[in-house]
Amino acid sequence: MERNTVLIALFAALIAVLGLIPKITLGFGVPITAQSLGVMLCGTVLGARRGSLAVLLFLLLVALGLPLLAGGRGGLGLFASPTVGFLVGFPVAAFVAGLIVEKTPRLALLPASILGAFVGGIGVLYLFGIAGMAITLDKSFPEAALLVSPFIPGDLIKAALAGFVTAALAKARPASVLSRA
Amino acid sequence: MLALTSSTRTAYHRWPASLKLALVSGGVFLLYLIESPVLLLAAVVGVALAYLVVGWRFLVEGVRFLRPLWVFVAIVLVWHLIAGDPVTGVAVALRLVAAVGLANLVTMTTRLDDLTDLVLWLLSPLERLGIRTAPIGYAMALVVRFTPVLLGKAGTLIESWRARSARRPGWQLVMPITVTAIDDAEQVAEALRARGGFDTQP
Repeated sequence: MERNTVLIALFAALIAVLGLIPKITLGFGVPITAQSLGVMLCGTVLGARRGSLAVLLFLLLVALGLPLLAGGRGGLGLFASPTVGFLVGFPVAAFVAGLIVEKTPRLALLPASILGAFVGGIGVLYLFGIAGMAITLDKSFPEAALLVSPFIPGDLIKAALAGFVTAALAKARPASVLSRA
Repeated sequence: MLALTSSTRTAYHRWPASLKLALVSGGVFLLYLIESPVLLLAAVVGVALAYLVVGWRFLVEGVRFLRPLWVFVAIVLVWHLIAGDPVTGVAVALRLVAAVGLANLVTMTTRLDDLTDLVLWLLSPLERLGIRTAPIGYAMALVVRFTPVLLGKAGTLIESWRARSARRPGWQLVMPITVTAIDDAEQVAEALRARGGFDTQP
């Protein structure tokens, strides 16, 4: 109980830290933060249930007004702004990413994590994100999709990175990769 | 860690957090039902007045808090101008400013402790279903405490990278930062268990 709770809390802190550290560029000059990488890692490392709980905890504290979101943002206003869909999608993304890693025991951890991060952290997340933009900005679904498309290349890199980090963690800290425990 | 609560003391600070949250949730919901640009303009003026009641500087602070929103306002306005429907664009932009401004007002005038208490109170019915909520309080406190710690350790990693490489720190640091988080978690969990775990008060 204690161990699970603390791991969930520290991964919530990890999401914040990956969004807040300045000047970690993930290549190709796309201005992306590693925040959604943190969300992917929650799923692929902690598994569906614990991973999504970590993301929910992170969002709860953002909603309460802690400046934990990339760029030091936070507060209830974010939940009324156009990026709300991504916030709502974060826990679902982690859940799906974790579920894929958990349900593919015969697949090696590296491809399973990349697949999980890709389907959860990009497919599911963008579905929510685009829906959120479509509603708040009064756009059709394809129009909103167009607005977020510049961020997809960066997220593809992040999905691959999430897979490699998860596989490396399984070697460095095998007991802590709960998605395959 | 600094919360985003305004340093200006306002009358709103004394309102119960639950009342403010209910009012703002209802308000934002209503804003999405309104289509008329005139009514939405009135809503923006109303929200601005709610800030202005406190003082001019509080309004300026509120406007500064809206900074992440301007890019979306610009996109919407340009989009609808090109599409030949500027009225809808103005309506959407006004709605965004009013909704986010209103929600920010709660964040700026409510102490983190009060909101935390509200959350734990809202979760309390779960106890009756047999779900323990004490770990949630613990977990929230842990995130608040450990985000700066982890940020500091990440900073140290970035510095040691810079001391050894001419290249910019990049994706290579994600792995050591994650390992740091896991190691901290295992240590804290052990320390918690040694002190009686969640059955003691935080």
